[in-house]
This record gives sequence, C-alpha cells and structure tokens, in this order.
Amino acid sequence: MKKEMLTGNAAAAWGVRLAEVDYIPAFPVTPQTEIIETLARWIADGDMASRFVTMDSEHSMITAAGAASATGVRAFTATSSQGLLYGFEMLYAVAGWRVPLVMVNVSRGLSAPITLETDHNDVLAARDSGFLQIHCETCQEVLDSILMAYRLVEDERVLLPIIVNMDGFYLSFTREPVEVPNLERVRNFLPPYQPKHAFFKASQPMAQSVTALGGSLYSYFKYQMHLGSQKALEVYKEVCVEFEKEFGRHYDTIEGYMLDDADYVLVMTNSFSTLGKAAVKRARARGIKAGLLRLRLLRPFPAENIQRALTGKRAVAVIDQNISVGKGGILHSDVASCLCNEKQRPLLFSFIGGLGGKNISPGEFEFIFTELIKAVAGEAVEPSQLLYTEEEWQEMVRLKRIAGKE
Amino acid sequence: MGIERIKSIKDLPPEENVFSGTPACAGCGALLSLRLTLKALGRKIVIVNAAGCFTLLTIYPYTPFANSWLYTAMASAPAGAQGVRDALDILLEKGRLDPEEDLKVVVLTGDGAAYDIGLASTSGAIYRNLDFYYLCYDNEAYGNTGFQRSGATPFGSGTGTTPPGSVRPTGTELPKKDLFEIWRSHKPPYLATISPAYPVDLINKFKKAEQYKGPKLFIALSPCPPGWATDPSYTVKLAKLAVGTGVWALKEAVYGEVSHTIVPKKFKPVEEYLKEQGRFAHLFKPVRQEETLKKMQEMVDDYWKRHQLLL
Repeated sequence: MKKEMLTGNAAAAWGVRLAEVDYIPAFPVTPQTEIIETLARWIADGDMASRFVTMDSEHSMITAAGAASATGVRAFTATSSQGLLYGFEMLYAVAGWRVPLVMVNVSRGLSAPITLETDHNDVLAARDSGFLQIHCETCQEVLDSILMAYRLVEDERVLLPIIVNMDGFYLSFTREPVEVPNLERVRNFLPPYQPKHAFFKASQPMAQSVTALGGSLYSYFKYQMHLGSQKALEVYKEVCVEFEKEFGRHYDTIEGYMLDDADYVLVMTNSFSTLGKAAVKRARARGIKAGLLRLRLLRPFPAENIQRALTGKRAVAVIDQNISVGKGGILHSDVASCLCNEKQRPLLFSFIGGLGGKNISPGEFEFIFTELIKAVAGEAVEPSQLLYTEEEWQEMVRLKRIAGKE
Repeated sequence: MGIERIKSIKDLPPEENVFSGTPACAGCGALLSLRLTLKALGRKIVIVNAAGCFTLLTIYPYTPFANSWLYTAMASAPAGAQGVRDALDILLEKGRLDPEEDLKVVVLTGDGAAYDIGLASTSGAIYRNLDFYYLCYDNEAYGNTGFQRSGATPFGSGTGTTPPGSVRPTGTELPKKDLFEIWRSHKPPYLATISPAYPVDLINKFKKAEQYKGPKLFIALSPCPPGWATDPSYTVKLAKLAVGTGVWALKEAVYGEVSHTIVPKKFKPVEEYLKEQGRFAHLFKPVRQEETLKKMQEMVDDYWKRHQLLL
C-alpha cells in the first residue's frame, strides 16, 4: 500500500483502475470530468486494459454502460448534476435490467439557477430508481467504496446498479492523503468478474427487459428489485467485514460520532459531516452532550440501524443539503418514517443548509444545538428551518440592489 | 464484387426467425419487413430495441424471436448497441467469449425514434463507426401511440396531431425528413431503403451490407393498416404502389455513393397511391385539394429529376 495526496476524483479513478473495470463509456460534466480524464490518460498510456468510449450524452452513456454490463463485462461510468438528470430515464431501465453497474456521481446543485457547487438534489432524485447509494465523506472513502460497490452489487443476491456519491468541489477537487491498495490485495477482495446472470451469446438466446403487461406481473418484478435492494443490507455487512479483514478500514451502513451517550444529535451525509463533527466537538467542550450520525448507505435505507442509533436520544436535527420544493428536507422524511412508531423517539427537526455549496458555519451549528435544547425544554421551535445567516441576507439585499430588483 | 445475389423469390432463405402469433396488427407492413430482415440476418444476432410498435412483440413470458433481445428506451437504442457490441468485443479480446458465440448487433426502431428522439444517439453511433445494423420500420408516424405526426410523416398526411380541419385542411404541412441523407452525411459504409414488397431487393441489400464493418442502415417503408386506414390485405400492393409511383425510392449508398436499385420504367401518378389511403382522404373529399395534390406530385418528380431518372 502507498499513501498519496489525491483529490476525490483521482481517488475515484484509482478505485476504478484497481477494480480492473473492462468498459468505461463517458461524457464530460463539471465537477466529474477529472475522473474520466484520469481514466482516459491511464488507458492511453497502457496503465489500464479497459475500453474507453466517449458518448454523445449521459442518456447514451448510461444506456451503453448498462447494456455492456448486461452483456457480461465489468462497466463503470460517472456523472454529476444535470448529467445525472439527463440520463435519468435510463437509471430505472438499468436497475430493471438487474445489472451490477457502478456509477460515481459527483454531487452538484441543479439548474435553475445554474451553479457548479454541491448539494444533493441530484443524487437524491435518483433514490427511488433501484440504484443503491453509498455517500462518501472522505477521498479515502471514495476509493474504498468503489471496490466495495462492485463486490456488493455483483453478488447474485443483489444484482442492482449502484451510485457512489461524493460532493463536488468539497471532495472532488480537495486533496487528502489516500491509501492506494496493492492490486493483489484488491484481487483477493474483488475477484475478476464472472457473471452468470446475463450474457448475450449465440447458443443461449435471451430476451432482456421485455414488456410486462398486467399489474401483477409488473408488481412482481418491481418488488423483486425492492427485495434485492433489501437483501443488499445483509450482503453489505459481509462486504464490510471482508473489506476490513483485507484493508483494515472499518465501514458500516451508518457512522456514529460521539453518539453513544449523546442527547442532541445531528444527522448528516457526505463531506459536510466533517464540519458537523467539528461542531459536535465544540459543543461537547461547552458541556452539551452532542453527537452526530452520518448516513453512509442511503439505498437500501438502513432503517433499523438508524432506529437503534436514535432511539432514546432527546432531540435530533436532520441537516438536509437538498430541498424537496413544497415539502422540505428529503432525508428528514426518510429518518422520520423509520422513527414514527418508536415509543422512545426523539424530537425531530429539519434544517436545510449547504445548498449550492453554501457553507454551514460554526455559528449555525451552535444555533441548531440551541434550538434542540430549547425544544427539549418545552419551548416552541419551528419544525423546519433554512440555515441562512443575517450577513448572507444583507449581502443578498445588496446584490439585488445592484441587479435593480430591490 | 463476389457476393452471391439471389434472383427470385424462390431463393429467399427458408428459415423463419420471427414466429407467428405476435400481437402486431393484421397486415402490419413493418412485421413483414422485419420477417424478411431476420431471414437475411439469421439467428446469431441480438436485437436492441427502441420504444415503438415492436416493443410489444416481446411480452413476458413470450418472445417471437429465435435470437436475443434487449429493450433500451426510445432515445438510446444505438447507445445500447454500442454497449453490447463493445462488451462482446472486450469478451472476445480477453478470451472470455468463444468466437462461435459472437452476435451481430441490430437496432430495431420505428420512425419516431429513428427520425426524432433517437437521432442524437444514432448520430453518435454512426460517428463512432459502430459495427451494427439499423432497421427502421418506417410507417410514417408514431404508430404505437395511435397515429401522430413524426419527422417521417409525409406532407399532406392527416395524423392525430395534424388533423385536417376547416382552417388547416392539408394535414401535415412539413415535408418528410430525409433520414437517408442525414445518415449519408456521416459517410457510413452502407445505407439502403427497402420495401417489404420487394423481398429479393431487400435480401440482396443485406447480402451486400454484410461485407462492410461499421454502421449499416435499412429504412423499410412499412404500410400501417390502422394508421394509413387501409385494408390489411392491401399492404403489399400499397408498398408496391409506393415504389411504382416514385414516392418510395429504392436505393443504396456505399460510402456515400448513391445508386437506385429499382426504378419504375414508367412512373404511375402519385394520386394512385394517395387515393387508396384514409390518411390522405381529406385531399379528395369533400373538395379536391388541387394545389396540394399538385405539390405532392411535384415533390416526387423533383426527386427523380434531381437524380436524372425522370426525363
């Protein structure tokens, strides 16, 4: 093993290289482009024995990746934001084909207005498609998750595609020390791909993705996907154990930070969790029993683990870096749904922050803990709030004045 | 060239590769085009399908095909073909697939996908010189959703979205897109138009195409009895009339060089083709739309004059 300073994008490319992926159809989109450029360069230099094809759109790219996966090769692709949405139709199709495609999404906010920076409306829009989702906090986790992802979805009990997600800019272009494992170790963990499930060949004609008329047929196939995804919870645990055995790093469906004795808990995902952890540490220093729960696996949703982690806590703030317009935080709803029948359920609040890469400042985290403490003391607290500081508001007023929209 | 051409209908390959009992409409010209195409291509193929009438040929747990099949989506069958072809090549290169198990990759699509929503994906696949066959069964409208205008709908045709009315009596006011020329501008090795009424011509075109690696297009003008409002028994006669009136030019292009394979000795008036079909009935009743009919004849004449085949 060697340790290198890698961006999240470079770490993703290393994961793909070490997984000895056969096929990479690609299309550029910021902030994902560095991944496919890195892979293209390695292939051009003979460092990887993969076939790389530049496609005409993300819609075509995901189709080609899924079709190749259905034909029996290990395929990879990556996208971001509008790209993910442009290929969206094919997410459902590829999931329905039950093929183990691994795709990286580098999260970026959605137009309009246009932004290049991160939030999670892109990837969370895909949460119902049948793709599994792993959300990463660090560059190391990006590399590791790609290896784990292939192992997980190629398992005959799962056979569903997967998105490995990281934050644009916050992770994609941030260098961190990353351990790049030896290829032999990776091969121990992730053997060469030998599919049994799908393979177009002359001696064995097969019709894939046919029409299923009649609701009962359709329900059967859709529910099989759901069961496959649920099964992935169990397989994922095995994969985590095997991964730790080989590489020494421990992963789970969720991650607790100072959680065991915590009364006040932040629920977060992705790279902003690091900010959340720092805020928890500061709160602890002020005598607040704070903790953080990071969701790593979002589909399948690890409901039981979340229930166990949050039951008995006094108050929980789900920080959503997304906004379901007309509803609010997406993860807040998911978390609430798995707590609603718990007798010892905590008070649950929704905070929306970090949209379009907007920072969540230490002051804002302090505000969240204050709100949670007030709520536990019986004071009225808004169930859902947008994190937006007075300074940010004043700046917005100034810009509107310049734009003549006072 | 050393290709064995067939001479008569008696030489058609006897093997059937699409079986009876499909839910296609009675007299479906597209199914006839497909049946002949699959006689030419044989069984060692994988069909990559775009949404259209033929998506409904495979309904779980049945398939009428002797070969493999993958449904993608309306916009991206050529990209699906890319993934399958590339994967087969990778497996062959890496010794993971016996060469005997290799398949030809065939995109199967209606005109809605071919002329409209799937055009970007098609252009990409031709540009990348993908080795595949592309069969467009062209019934000149979105047939699977009833009969609405597509980019292939000819000038003057009534459709569900271009109904002839008192203010707009003509029906479709735009001319048919020229898919053959769109493809030709990409300079692929082989392009052809075909007709289910000319099986010998059809088979020979596939035999010729076989020797080229790269994108190979076949556009089959395929009468659609419900959409064209014609009797199902009339399909072949109508397909013949389309050729006989010059409305459907049977041609091919090898690396962009166009040649016509069947040219009528004497062209019948276009009206003979139009008056048989309900989709053009408004051109004759309640009043005869002289200007429109004249324009339609001129459009056909112009084509053949341009190619110096109508003197």
